[in-house]
Parts: sequence; C-alpha cells; structure tokens
Amino acid sequence: MTTARAALPAPRLNAVPPSADDVAALERTWRDPPGIVGWFAAINHKAIGKRFIVTAFCFFVAGGLLAAAMRMQLARPDNHLIGPDLYNQIFTMHGSTMMFLFAVPVMQAMSIYLVPLMLGSRSVAFPRMNAYAYWVYLFGGLMLFVAFALNSGPDVGWFAYPPLSGPDYGTGKRADFWAQMITFTEFSGLLEAVILISGVFKLRAPGMTLNRMPLFVWGMLVTAFMVMIAMPAVMLASTSLITDRLVGTHFFNPGEGGDVILYQHMFWFFGHPEVYLIFIPALGFMSSIIPTFARRPIFGYSAMVLSLIATAFLAFGLWVHHMFATNLPELGKSFFTAVSMMIAIPSAVQIFCWLATLATGKLVFKTPLLFTLAFFFVLVLGGLTGIMLASVPLDLQVHDTYFVVAHLHYVLIGGAVFPLFGAFYYWFPKMTGRMMSERLGKWNFWLFLIGFNVAFFPMHLLGLAGMPRRVYTYGAEMGWGNLNLLATVGAVTIAVSVLLFIVNVWRSLRVGEVAGADPWHAGTLEWSVASPPPACNFEAIPVVGGRDPLWEPEGIRGHVAGLAVDSREVLMTTVLDAEPETRESFPEPTIWPFVGAVATTVFFVGTIFTPWAVAWGSVPVAIALTAWFWPKRHENRAHLALERAP
Amino acid sequence: MSAVHDQVSATRQSGAVAGAPAVEGGVLDVRTLPSFGFGPRSLMWWGTAGLMTIEGTVFALAVVVYFYLRSHAQLWPMRSPPPELLWGTLNTAVLIASAWPNQLAKRAATRLDRRGVQLWLTVCTVLGFLILLLRGLELTALNVRWDADAYGSIVWMIMLLHTTHLVTDTWDTSVLDILFFTGPLEGKRYVDVSENAVYWDFVVLSWLPLYAVIYFGARG
Amino acid sequence: MRSDVVVGRVVAACAGAASCAASFAQGRTPVEPGVHDALATAGPQAAHIGSLWNLTVFICTAVFCAVLLGLAFALWRSGRARTDEPADLSSIDRHERGPYRTVLWSVSVAIMLLLVLVVASVATDRALARMSLADAVNIEVTGHQWWWEVRYRGEQAADTFTTANELHVPVGRPIVVKLVADDVIHSLWVPSLAGKKDLIPGRTALIHFRADQPGRYRGQCAEFCGYQHAFMAFEVIADPPDAFAAWQAAQRQPASEPADARTRRGRDVFLGSACVMCHAIEGTSAGARKAPDLTHVGSRTTIAAGTLPNRPAELARWIANPHDFKPGVNMPATTLSSSDMDALVAYLGSLK
Repeated sequence: MTTARAALPAPRLNAVPPSADDVAALERTWRDPPGIVGWFAAINHKAIGKRFIVTAFCFFVAGGLLAAAMRMQLARPDNHLIGPDLYNQIFTMHGSTMMFLFAVPVMQAMSIYLVPLMLGSRSVAFPRMNAYAYWVYLFGGLMLFVAFALNSGPDVGWFAYPPLSGPDYGTGKRADFWAQMITFTEFSGLLEAVILISGVFKLRAPGMTLNRMPLFVWGMLVTAFMVMIAMPAVMLASTSLITDRLVGTHFFNPGEGGDVILYQHMFWFFGHPEVYLIFIPALGFMSSIIPTFARRPIFGYSAMVLSLIATAFLAFGLWVHHMFATNLPELGKSFFTAVSMMIAIPSAVQIFCWLATLATGKLVFKTPLLFTLAFFFVLVLGGLTGIMLASVPLDLQVHDTYFVVAHLHYVLIGGAVFPLFGAFYYWFPKMTGRMMSERLGKWNFWLFLIGFNVAFFPMHLLGLAGMPRRVYTYGAEMGWGNLNLLATVGAVTIAVSVLLFIVNVWRSLRVGEVAGADPWHAGTLEWSVASPPPACNFEAIPVVGGRDPLWEPEGIRGHVAGLAVDSREVLMTTVLDAEPETRESFPEPTIWPFVGAVATTVFFVGTIFTPWAVAWGSVPVAIALTAWFWPKRHENRAHLALERAP
Repeated sequence: MSAVHDQVSATRQSGAVAGAPAVEGGVLDVRTLPSFGFGPRSLMWWGTAGLMTIEGTVFALAVVVYFYLRSHAQLWPMRSPPPELLWGTLNTAVLIASAWPNQLAKRAATRLDRRGVQLWLTVCTVLGFLILLLRGLELTALNVRWDADAYGSIVWMIMLLHTTHLVTDTWDTSVLDILFFTGPLEGKRYVDVSENAVYWDFVVLSWLPLYAVIYFGARG
Repeated sequence: MRSDVVVGRVVAACAGAASCAASFAQGRTPVEPGVHDALATAGPQAAHIGSLWNLTVFICTAVFCAVLLGLAFALWRSGRARTDEPADLSSIDRHERGPYRTVLWSVSVAIMLLLVLVVASVATDRALARMSLADAVNIEVTGHQWWWEVRYRGEQAADTFTTANELHVPVGRPIVVKLVADDVIHSLWVPSLAGKKDLIPGRTALIHFRADQPGRYRGQCAEFCGYQHAFMAFEVIADPPDAFAAWQAAQRQPASEPADARTRRGRDVFLGSACVMCHAIEGTSAGARKAPDLTHVGSRTTIAAGTLPNRPAELARWIANPHDFKPGVNMPATTLSSSDMDALVAYLGSLK
C-alpha cells in the first residue's frame, strides 16, 4: 500500500476557517448526483431524511382518509355507506398504516435528518444502508396499499390475531400482505436502529461527551435499543403466521399443539414497546422545543435522561396488559398492573421537569410551543386513562371498547403527533430555508386541538356505554348515535386542520419568509449551519464545549481542520468523551441500495405466494448486495491517498 | 509493516488514541489520525454488534417459544422420535473447529497480512460450505416435518433461522475471500475481515444453545 | 360486493360530509335492548368494578386538574420574551432548589397515588375472586361466528338442553359460565353484570357473576371475530327463582307438537328445506349443531344474535335473506313461496 500511495495525488484538507475553495469542494463532494439516476442513487442523509418524512406524512394522510371513511360510516346508526367486508379492511388498514407506516417511521425519518446535524457530523453511520432502509419501507407500504386497492387488503385488525388471521379463517392473501408488510417495515426499522446507535456512539463532534448530547438524541438512542429488542418479536410472530398460513406449520393451531395465545404474547411483547418507540422520540421533540421557546436550558437534564432509560426498560414489562381478558393466571396479571402503573413515574418526572422549565423561563408563544403545550392536556389525559386500563378489573369492562380507542388516540396523538407537528414547525425552516406562516400555524393548532377533543373525548363515554371496537355499524336502539355523530364532526375538524397544515407547507415553500441559519435563536448544533444546510452539513466540524453550544460562551471551542474536501471523510470519536479517533472514508452515492431494495421486495412479495421464493428470490438479493459491497476502483484510489494505518 | 503493528498494539494497550490532537488557537487538526481502526474503533464493529443483538434476540425468542410450546404439551416431542444426534453433533464439532481458522483470519487481518487473510479466509469458506452440507444432512434427520405439529414447526423454525445465518455468513466470507485475491484493497477491507470473523464467532456460539435445545430439549 | 367496493372507495377518497345524511336504516327493525351500560350495575362483579371506577376517576381527575393548574401556573409565572432575546444560562452552574423540590414533591405524590390505585385494583381483584359460588348455576357457552351457543347441563342427560343467544339466570344465585370457542376468538361481555372474558379456541375459560336484580341485560361480543362481529349480541335474562325454574323446565321439553295445519305445514317445510343441515329441533329428526338450536326459538326475544326482534315479519325477512341484515353470515338465503314462509314462521313462532 505504501508504494501505491506515493503514486496518488496529494489530498486537499480543509483549513479553519474553510476557504472558499474548501466550501465549494465540500459541496461537490457531499451532494447527491443530479438527474433521474442520481435521485435513485442518493445517499445524503438529508435527502433520504426528507423523502422519508414526506413518505411517512403521505401515509399519515392516507391513514387519516381511511379514518374519515370510518367516521362517515359510524356517524349514524344502521348506516349502509360501507359494508362489513370493506369496513374491516379499512379499519385494519387505518391501524396498520398509522402504526407501522407512519408513527414509528416518521420518528426515524426525523432522526435521520436531524441527528447528524445535532451531533456535528457529516453523515449517518451507514448512508447506503440508510437509503436501502428507506426504499424497503416505501416498497412495503406501497405493497400494502396495492393489495388494498385490489380488494386484498388485510381485514383482521392491525394486530391480526389468529385463528381469525390464520389459514382456516383468514381467507385469501389478505393476512399474508399484512404479515409481509410487517417484515418490510420492521426490517427497515431494525436497520435504522443499527445506523442510529452506531452514529450516536461514534460520530459525535469532538467534545460532545454523552452528557452533552441533545435530549432528542438520547431519546432516539434509547428508542433504537428498544427497536433491536422489540421488533424481532413481531418479525417472529408475523413469520410464524405466514408459515402457518402458507406451509402448514402449527404455531397457533391448538389442534396440533400450538397455542392461540402464543401469538398474543409474541405480538404484544413487541406491541407494547412499540408505542414507546413512537412516544419516546416525541419526548425528545418536547425537550428540543421547550428550552428554545422558554429561553433557557432544560431543567433536570440528568433526570430526563434517566427517565427515558427507565421508561424503555419498564416498557418491556407491560405487555400482558393487552391480554387481561384471556384466561392467563390472575396473579401474573396483577404484576403487569403494577408495572403498567409504574411506567407513569418516569413520564411524570419528565412532565414536571418541563413544567419547571416553562415556569422559570421566558416564553415565546410561537406555533412549535403551542403544540408542545397541548401535550400537557392531551397526553396527560390519555396517560390517566392508561392508568385506568392498567387495572385488571377496570380493563375487563373497557377493554376492546371505544374507551380504549379514546385512550390510544389521546396518548398517540397527544403524546406523539402534537409534538411531531411542533417539530415540523420548528425544523421546517432548517430543512427548507423558509419560515412557516404563524397565522396558519395557529389556526392549524387550534382546529387540531379542538377537533381532536371533540372527536375522541365522547369515545370514552361510548366505551362505558358498551360500544365495542371494530364494529362496522350499531343499532339505533343502543343510543350511541349522537356521540358518534359528534365524534365524526370532530374528525372532520381534524381533517380541515391537517389540510391547513398542508396548505401552510405548500405556501411557505413558495413565499415563506426566508429563514436564516438560526431563526429561533436556539442552542443546539443544527442551528449553527445554513438553512437548508450545505451538503456536507458542517464546512468545519465544531469542537463542542457545552450542552447548548450556541448559547454557552465556551459552547464551541474551535473547529476541526485536516479533513479531506475532495473525498468523503468523516471524523470518528470515542464513545464516552468524543475524543477524535479516526478519519473514516465514507462511500459515494450508488444505485445499489435502490436495486437491492427492489430485489428484496421481489423476495418478500414472492414468499407471500410460494415458499420457493426463499430460494430463487435470494439470488437477486445476493447479487445486489454483493455489487453494493464491492469496492469501486476510483473510490479505492481516493481512500488510499488518505490512508494512514492505526 | 512491523512498525505499524507496534503502533497498533501500543495504541490498543494504552486504551486511548495516543497523542489525541488538542485544540490550539481554535483549531483541532486531525490530519495525523488513522483512517481506519479495528474493533470498536470501526463503524463496522458497531454495525455487526447491532446485527448480533437483533439476531441474538430472535434466537432467544425462538427458544422461549420452544419451551412455551413444550410446557403446554402432554408429550414432547408430540409424536415423533427426537432428532438424530449424528449429523447435528458432527456439524457442531465442525462449527467449533471452524472457530480456529476464523481466529487466524482475524489475526492476519489485524496484522494487515494479505496473504494470511487469503489463506485463512479460503479455509473458512471451504469449511463454511462443508458446514452447510452437513446442515442439509441434519435437516433430513430431524425425524419430524414442520407441518406435523407445533413441535415440528418450532424445531424447523429454529433450524432454518440458524441456517439462514450460515448461508449468509458463508456467502460473506467467500465474497471477502475473492476480494482479497482480486483487489482493490484498502485498510477498511482488513477491518471487514476482522468483523466477519466476529460475526462467524457469533454464528458458532449462538448455535451451541440452539443445539442443546433442539437435540436435548427433545430428550429431557 | 364489487360495487360496494367501488362506492366505498369513492367515499373514502372524498370524505364527503354530505354522505352523513345518507343513513337510511334499510328496514332493520330496532330491537328493544336490555340494559347495556358498565355504569348501570346489577350484580356484585360489575358493582365492585364500578366502585373502583369511581375511586379511579376521582383520583385521576384530581391529578389531571393538578397538572393543568401546574401548567397554568407555569404560564402565569414565566416571563415573556421575543425569539432573539438571549437565553438565560444562570441554571448551568446553579442548583435550582425551588424547582427541584417542587418536582421531587410532585413525583412523590404521584407515586403515592399510584400505590393507592394499585392497592385498590388488587383489592377489587380479590373481591371479584371471592364471590361465593355455592349453589351456582353452570352454563356452557360456545362462541361461533356470529352467534352464541348456550348449553345448560342437567344432572341427567335428559335434562341437558341447548339454546342460543340468550342466557336465563335466577336472581341472586351465582352463575358459572364455561367459555369455549368453536372457530376464532370471541369475548363474552355483559357490562351491567361483569367484566369480559375471552373465548379462545383450544382453551377453556370460566367467568362467574351474579344478577341481583331481575331484568334483561344485554351483552355483545367484544373481540373482533370477522364480518358480523358488530351484530353478535346476546341477552342475560335474570328471573326470580320460580320463573327461572319454570323456564328451565320448559326448555327441557322437546319441541311442542304443531297444533294446526298451518304449523304442521311449517314443520314440513322446515324438515324439507336446507334448514336441517344446520339447525336442530329436539323431538324432530333435525339434529345438526352448526347453527342455533331452534327447539324453543319462539320463546326468545330476539333472533340473529340480538339483531332483530323475534316477530313473524322480521323472522320471515331474515330467513328469506339473512344477508340483508348481516352480510357475510354463514346462513344462506332461502327462497320459499309466501305461503310456505308464512307456515314456517308460524311453526317456529309456536316453538315456545
């Protein structure tokens, strides 16, 4: 290698401050190639992040339209708008879309965009795998909707219990599409988790010790660990379901030694942590927005970190509370009651710390703050109904009724969607260079808050009045009609508010006020670069000296010089103290992640129809992944020019 | 090469990056840092660790399912004889033995010894194919079909989960092996070999409890 | 079905508010429902849960108000600033004693309240488990897609009888129901009497409750079980003990003989149609158990698992085409001449 290096051109390294040539070279080096092929070969985390966010938001709108259809059908008793078969597909699609194609992916999408910028890094840890994970997610979601359009959408509920979803009662391929969609999205999610953990531990800017990391990054780190332990359970559950249906295994067939409840255990061991995969990143949004709009650092940073970790651990000890109505031993159920109530404690700590931050701060009432304030009303109410549901006797009355529907929407929308909208308003300027309209934002917010409560509060009462979940209609004699109509009015209001949001985005992209690098005068690193950021994120990586580097006087102690500008070099630092360790060369854009995702899609979709797809489907996947890995000569030469052995 | 070797081992012993650059006059110059590192100093290590965590969890859950179904069964196996010990035990022995050339490949990689890597990766690749062959024979000697009953289903699920790892790891090893003959090579490729060896260790180690469960869970 | 799909898709795409008005209750005569309300309790199981509910709502409302007050306080106490005002960094090196103590105190109160709720929950669990089962009436319920098979076993085989979608129970005696599922998971739930319990294929579950007041208590399947999960209701009718004994004695008898030509013709129509493939009538040659037992169907208040009132006109429309009311149900349409249908309905109505 030493002889080869002598023949290579000497690399250009960045100076501090970076020269105009450096800046131009870095832009050329780090941007994605132009054109159609370039679009498919893109691996810049910001490009992938934006695509991912937009795709997840489209699924959110699709899920919302499905909900609107349900609300139209349920608005009046004995309604004939939508028959049971289509309705069962719609509510299954609504739940599956929102949970698997929107809620978890959008959080990962935001983290893909934001985390490298918050950490002072040029890239995510595995940019090509990041692109691949996006494509796999997109294709999985598209597959599900294509199946739905062909009247083969799953119709067994978003958790698809056998035997209803099994070979005897789950007709056609409907449940197979559901199960395979799980495979797509969970595979994608798992890869994203690995990317995130690797990046958070190794790619932080020098000086950003672990206890100087933004709380959003802590949240995503904790979430990623949870993903690695939880998602395998649902992959195993859905795979067992497919094999029961396709090749005659008997995991869930009591007639041959299987157990119906086994599925529930496997699913909910994933399913309960899953809601925390959605909730914890949103807690990170709260901890990002509140300090900025209270003009002070968060109160109780360490307590917040410990609360996130405690929540993650406890989340794995709750799952049986979804199964209280089964004939599991009663003593065991009481254990889960206790843990289900205990998990409120770390969340309470976080809530009180935010309130303390607000109370001792100076508030700036912009739209992002409004959405976080709504959390204290909506999520807390949902959390309290969660405490109710944690009790076995209470749960046995309201389980599988509209009370649960109310609870889950209060916690998911209050706890995740409201902070998410706050996050959209907060980081839209960074991503696009434009401010969103405050006026439209406030209308969006109030309509959403009011519409949400009008839609979902009555459902608590409906549950207590005996209305079960997943019913395509109900009799006029039950007296549920008026509350349902009210809920539908609320749903329409939500739809209008989301429409306002879309209009706000569209308008702001065109004529929004130009945002500078730091329109909110916030404290974290992503606000130190232009809006939108340059392709390389940081022309010179900062050396960090505090938790809010842009606020603290010694927050940025200097900048990193000596990284290549004509080649993709990323600085790696040590895990705990972020001391500089290695300069690693990162790969260039390539079409192979996209091609690999196509091959993977063929493989996964093929296995819905025949087990032999495992054999012939793996061939294109192997070829694509090998071509992806295989080093390219010109990249190799560039890396050798920079090489220095340890 | 030996100077590099000394520097590498000195670095590892100190536990810190020797001579980590400091900020002077607002500038932290990193041009003298190495451009690749082994173990937790490489991103590939973290990626591999993540994959091992995920796959280890899958195996652990599958074992839990095995015992769950067993606890609900009157008879276990339900109506078939337990799996034959011959091929499984033989394969386990070969797997354990394969850890040695694997370790040698890893050491060669850490020394940046191309010829050493070529030799030992080739040995590993050949062993990998042998192990796959033996695994095929194992699958014919399980004495139960996956669609016979829940016992058969979980046994096949565990076997096929692990076999998938054998297939992918053998493929990865053979691709790396070919690359080390054809090039182009750089420091990072030696790290890939090192991490591939770690993953191979995982595939072997994760098999041991699975072997115990499959072959002795049915005899307990 | 395809046109259904197309219409549904257009609606879903437009989310048309105008369609709200299109609620034409296509001829499903409403049933007179029994009491169906978790907060209108008629037995000790539901009552214990009701008490726990009251305590929990009280505590949770208090906590909710406290949090909102905390938020209001925070909004009141905080200053106001513009976006570009410098951040207050005084907290970085200073221990904020006031907020620290407030947070600590609030978390402690929260923990204590949670403990109260855990204890209350466990106490309620124990109260529910301690209901005396002495002199219980034992009933077996099998869940089917989309109806409830109800069997009362007697001491002698001859005393065992089967009915559907209706449980009669004596007031004041404990009822133990064995729950079995035939196909998929169902859930038995009578909100005014007790919490729910799932019927799970391959497993046997038990639920016990007691009705302390006479009346009709409605229940509905509470675990999604396919097309007609929405219309899988049943009734628990609590009678004074002598009324219950009379009902039980009547149910143990085979089907009453047709008294006139019309009902005799009705029985012939029944025995000559596909009905006998699924329905049983004790005392006739019809013995299939795939569908509700019709031996005493005339005595039931509803048909089609609580979907329609049990009256001749509704019964005739149901038999002619069940899919008008419960699309996807397993019962096929039956075409009969109007006089045959009239006779059949008269016969079934006579089976009291």
